[in-house]
Amino acid sequence: MKHAKTATQNACKLCNPLGACLAFRGIESCVPFLHGSQGCATYIRRYLISHYKEPIDIASSNFHEESAVFGGSHNLKIGLKNVSDQYKPQVIGVATTCLSETIGDDVPGILREYKKEFKNGTPMPILIHASTPSYQGSHIDGFHAAVRATVKTLAEKGEEQSLINLFPNMVSPADLRYLKEIFNDFKAPLMLLPDYSQTMDGGPWGEYHRIPPGGTPASAIVSAGSASASIEFGSTLEASKSAAGYLEEAFDVPRYHLSLPIGIKESDKFFSLLETLTGKPRPEKYEDERRRLIDAYADGHKYVFEKKAILYGEEDLVVAMTAFLSEIGMTPLLCASGGKSGLLKKRIMELIPDMEELGIKVREGVDFADIEDEAKVLKPDFLIGNSKGYTMSRKNNIPLLRLGFPIHDRFGGQRMHHLGYRGTQELFDRIVNTVIEQRQNASSIGYTYM
Amino acid sequence: MEANIHFPDPSKVREELIQKYPAKVAKKRAKSIIVNDPLIIPEVQANVRTVPGIITQRGCSYAGCKGVVLGPTRDIVNIVHGPIGCSFYAWLTRRNQTRTESLMDANYIPYCFSTDMQEENVVFGGEKKLKIAIQEAYDLFHPKSIAIFSTCPVGLIGDDVHAASKEMREKFGDCNVFGFSCEGYRGVSQSAGHHIANNGVFKHMVGRNNTPSVGKFKLNLLGEYNIGGDAFEIERIFEKVGITLVASFSGNSTVRAIENAHTADLNVILCHRSINYMGDMMETKYGIPWMKVNFVGAESTAKSLRKIAEYFGDEELKAKVEEVIAEETPRVKAVIDEILPRTTGKTAMLFVGGSRAHHYQDLFAELGMTTVAAGYEFAHRDDYEGRHVLPSIKIDADSKNIEELKVLPDPELFNPRKTEAELKALKEKGLEINGYEGMMKQMTRKSLVVDDLSHYESEKLIEIYKPDIFCAGIKEKYVVQKMGIPLKQLHSYDYGGPYTGFEGAVNFYKDIDRMVNNPVWKLIKAPWEKNGNGAGLAASYVTQ
Repeated sequence: MKHAKTATQNACKLCNPLGACLAFRGIESCVPFLHGSQGCATYIRRYLISHYKEPIDIASSNFHEESAVFGGSHNLKIGLKNVSDQYKPQVIGVATTCLSETIGDDVPGILREYKKEFKNGTPMPILIHASTPSYQGSHIDGFHAAVRATVKTLAEKGEEQSLINLFPNMVSPADLRYLKEIFNDFKAPLMLLPDYSQTMDGGPWGEYHRIPPGGTPASAIVSAGSASASIEFGSTLEASKSAAGYLEEAFDVPRYHLSLPIGIKESDKFFSLLETLTGKPRPEKYEDERRRLIDAYADGHKYVFEKKAILYGEEDLVVAMTAFLSEIGMTPLLCASGGKSGLLKKRIMELIPDMEELGIKVREGVDFADIEDEAKVLKPDFLIGNSKGYTMSRKNNIPLLRLGFPIHDRFGGQRMHHLGYRGTQELFDRIVNTVIEQRQNASSIGYTYM
Repeated sequence: MEANIHFPDPSKVREELIQKYPAKVAKKRAKSIIVNDPLIIPEVQANVRTVPGIITQRGCSYAGCKGVVLGPTRDIVNIVHGPIGCSFYAWLTRRNQTRTESLMDANYIPYCFSTDMQEENVVFGGEKKLKIAIQEAYDLFHPKSIAIFSTCPVGLIGDDVHAASKEMREKFGDCNVFGFSCEGYRGVSQSAGHHIANNGVFKHMVGRNNTPSVGKFKLNLLGEYNIGGDAFEIERIFEKVGITLVASFSGNSTVRAIENAHTADLNVILCHRSINYMGDMMETKYGIPWMKVNFVGAESTAKSLRKIAEYFGDEELKAKVEEVIAEETPRVKAVIDEILPRTTGKTAMLFVGGSRAHHYQDLFAELGMTTVAAGYEFAHRDDYEGRHVLPSIKIDADSKNIEELKVLPDPELFNPRKTEAELKALKEKGLEINGYEGMMKQMTRKSLVVDDLSHYESEKLIEIYKPDIFCAGIKEKYVVQKMGIPLKQLHSYDYGGPYTGFEGAVNFYKDIDRMVNNPVWKLIKAPWEKNGNGAGLAASYVTQ
């Protein structure tokens, strides 16, 4: 059944630069810029837009035959100049592609030259460079590379502040808004990076904006170096690749590393950490949210208990969902990801030490063909993951609970809330309703009370 | 033709569009922003490189080759040689549909195959991995064909996809494996990829199966990719009038049909940009004339059917065509009569494709709407001005990089379907045989034609013209809608369609009515509403 294959069939991951573009969109007045062929910018734009349903401009150095042969320095400089003149951004986030990485363009060197050549005349935006060759890792690596590069470029050591840095991982705009609300309620100063809650889910415009409003201001990122602490979500994200890791190393800002807070236990950890860091108790509102969630678990347990699921997506999301499912009595028969951190199994075993006895499988670096092969044997009650599992769901008649990214066959993927007690509540309600709907549809009687 | 609506002074619009650009860019863009005059048809600069940093809607060569032309043929296994992104992004995103004849028939369209190149493949070469991937696909499906698509790094590291394909083709014996050098940096847009795809399909597929096709009136449908089921509607109409569709390039197509395409007696071309090379090459090699048609729009469909009947010159076919038109028209009329009062006098802008911006103007005309500005993303001058300009198009470095196949009449299979005299007579009857008049001839005087419209320019145009609808793709959709203007996606059809033929016209009328008359737009305060009637250019509007 588990056929060893070399090629990838129906990938369960996207490419490195996509994640970087998304992260750069979470910086105020920033234009993401891909150093490579224009097709990369076009494809990534169209792909991000199909999920977020928001305009996303990504500039490109538009490589052509001779830039591919002789290097892309010239094109990169022209591109930066044109973006600066036209969009007047405060920041340009340059991410590389497989093309510019293969030819070995020295992007930091080119950016230095550019700054020297154009230092007079045009306003000089802050230039950030993230190395994101698509032949390494996946979109999530590009996301983290861009966040780390941003902090590395901007953060400075200053007088220590009560500020807390929060690096939330690739979560939804709804999740970002919730995190900001929490800090606001704690009355704790926050540096959230990236923050695309508005740029990727905003309102209509009274006037045309070259760059949509919203995002973390560069000035706020500067002070990340003098924050009292950094919190970083993502259990497979290593300090050596992360923004918080860099800040700890360079400026002694302590790094608190948590899983994405989904479920009671992981959310508790997050709130307890906030209590410790701020010295304040959690606001009543969140006590209430937690109580309601536990109440819902109690009310809904009969529907979900002992249900089996296959989980897939980014590794950190898979780990977080595993924590949540195991506390509501569901078994993730297979925890699968296209990513390959080498840590997925370890993290899941920390959550469910008897995973092997329970028959829980963990597979990294898989594609949907592998997952489908497993699904045919495991026969789960659910698939849980992004829209790309739909074909498998339809073919094998297994309901798909959509979450994460990309969601392009349901409305409102960008507003889907996953984190904290409130996000978990929404996920729990959806899971229960999926079970009920399935049961109701399958019933020959047509029960109207379920 | 003069439009009965208010146009802003187009030369001022042009000035406004380019004034923010640096001098050099402004000079270049000015040549691509043209005030139309259908009687003179001014020159439009097209198919030139996008300036780096000017955000374009264009895609790459790979997108045109794999995504557009090869993607819709259901029984070719398409393997993308490169890192994962390129294959993922082209995975079912074009919405080209297909319908197998039985459940047993092969359909690989839902799959996304990639060699998923890793760093070591970039450093040490990826040919070995590619050959394993081909072998795996062969073992898994035993397909008739496997096509390989090179992405950017492949060309740079020197992987020879053609040699690898040949080796595997010879090894299998019963599977036609061929490769495409469609690296994203080749050419100026996806248009280069179309050409590369045309060459490959012509070289490796057309003419491989000489079984005579059956039917009295046999044609191929070129440049129709079955987005949203467009080809299904055209197939339905062809069947009704008794036309045999030998092959489609490439919506709802199969390997066998394409290999047999040279047995047809006519090629009709929809998307001139993406497939005209095929029409020309088949004309030279097999003697099959091609004719530009348009099945977008009820009247255009009727007109195209009449042209086809005229080409075959058969009275019975002509009568049948009239009968079918008469049969289909009432239901179309019932819908348009109801909708027309609500859409008449409204304005549209179309910036899409290499042919769509032209074709859809017919549907808007049927809705009583005027196209005030239009342009393509990746077209060439002939798509704007007509094919008579072909000899005067400058060959630049980018077009030189795309191979022009040297095609000669086939010593055995060349068979001119019409004599020179017959062709001349048909042309005199108004048939566009081996020709295309382009988009501008059909557009009103003083309408604006803009090639490779940038993001920034589209905002400006909206601000100035305040169109009732803007037609483009998903990349433009949400920015335009943020400004309170509905955007109709003409690549994915906003997940609707079909829009071809009679059924498609009905779908389109209804969809546009829903969009332009939707109460939701009234909730969005548009920028110009804030300051009364807007400032600047609004004051310089002129009335025809």
